[in-house]
Amino acid sequence: MKIDPVILQRLQDKMAIYREFVKNWLEPSNLARLRPKLEFQTGILAGFALLASILLGVTNCSTQGTIQQRLDEDLKKSLQEVVPVTLYDNDLLQDTLTIPSADYNIGANETTVYLAKKSGKVTAVCFKFIAPDGYSGAINMIIGIDRDGNILGVRVLSHKETPGLGDKIEVAKSTWILNFVGRSLDNLTPAQWAVKKDGGVFDQFAGATITPRKSVQATYRSLQLFKAHQAQLINP
Amino acid sequence: MLLSETYRKIAIDGIWNNNIVFGQNLALCPLLAVTGTATNGLGMGIATLVVITASNGLISLTRHLIPNEIRIPIFVLLIAALVTLVDILMNAWAHELYKVLGLFIALIVTNCALLGRAESFASKQPVKQALWDGFMMGLGFTLVLVALGAAREISSAGTLFANASLLLGESFKFLEVTVIPNYKGFLLMALPPGGFIMLAFLIVGKRLIDQKLALRKVQHAVLSEPLTE
Repeated sequence: MKIDPVILQRLQDKMAIYREFVKNWLEPSNLARLRPKLEFQTGILAGFALLASILLGVTNCSTQGTIQQRLDEDLKKSLQEVVPVTLYDNDLLQDTLTIPSADYNIGANETTVYLAKKSGKVTAVCFKFIAPDGYSGAINMIIGIDRDGNILGVRVLSHKETPGLGDKIEVAKSTWILNFVGRSLDNLTPAQWAVKKDGGVFDQFAGATITPRKSVQATYRSLQLFKAHQAQLINP
Repeated sequence: MLLSETYRKIAIDGIWNNNIVFGQNLALCPLLAVTGTATNGLGMGIATLVVITASNGLISLTRHLIPNEIRIPIFVLLIAALVTLVDILMNAWAHELYKVLGLFIALIVTNCALLGRAESFASKQPVKQALWDGFMMGLGFTLVLVALGAAREISSAGTLFANASLLLGESFKFLEVTVIPNYKGFLLMALPPGGFIMLAFLIVGKRLIDQKLALRKVQHAVLSEPLTE
């Protein structure tokens, strides 16, 4: 399609006028004249708010998929850390079961349990849980339990605990969390499921007692959740 | 001379004379919260450096549009939007770094130094100077964070730059050193009171150096003055 040169010329002229207008309007002297006016102030504040919301909204929407993908990768990696890859031959993210967990105070009313199966038989389960009462907010954790109820591993997925003090629950910062391996409701009494300060077997950190205490308690509750649904989980 | 007089003055102000912590006594909340170790200090410093440079640039760019009466809400809006933007973008595109630095980024909103620079510098200066000022202020802040973090880490745990490889990558493993082997640990320095105590020592040190410098300047001036009868 060919554009009529006359129309094109007219369009270009119009554009030039608009450009000239914007340029003049943005001139510091013109803006200085406008700034004390109430309408201008209202407009500018609204304009900035609108721009910021649009910018954040667009960024949020356009990155949501990527972030979800990154989180899935992280989840897969964490699942592999708490359940050894030799124990299963299925896709953990696809093979799930949802059980009610409202009574166990682990952050969610329903918990998705990832089932590790080897030749169709459940060898271990794995699920995310939350210690809702950490020192500065919820601590997101993940646990792997074998079919007999022994812990295969616990990891912290994300938390907001004090850097340098409470963040020793991360495996990258300290080996503390590895102490859970092999523990179960059978080989420790309920009283032993606590930090040493409270008479239990788990260390607390210098300067941060609440973080490990709440992590231990939430881990204990998640074991109870497993026990309550053990029959259903290992023979789905 | 590498830099012109104006830029040199901004640089010296940012790093020493009008340093965010030493000169303006701002940003104490994030400062004391994260400087348990030198690595954490560095992480917070880098994150702040990026955001303060960007916020200074953005505010300077729009300074003619911002009426005096409503400048504070606009500054807060811009800074908060910027911090959130950095947070989201890093989560998506630099996920590994985000897992380490993510903890600090939200804390930047509590950093009144950003608002301080917007108010006292960026809203009155051209973009280039404002960017340079933001960068230098951020650099000065980073240096204080690392110094304070290092001092507290050595006195509380006997190590320096522990876990630096998590933040900077495996090639920076050499930074992690144990300064005092078999150190029993001194918990107070890792806690917030230790932060205040160590900060006091650093400020005293800075004042002493300033005093020495001032004295030397006076002596120099007296000596170089032409003798009159």
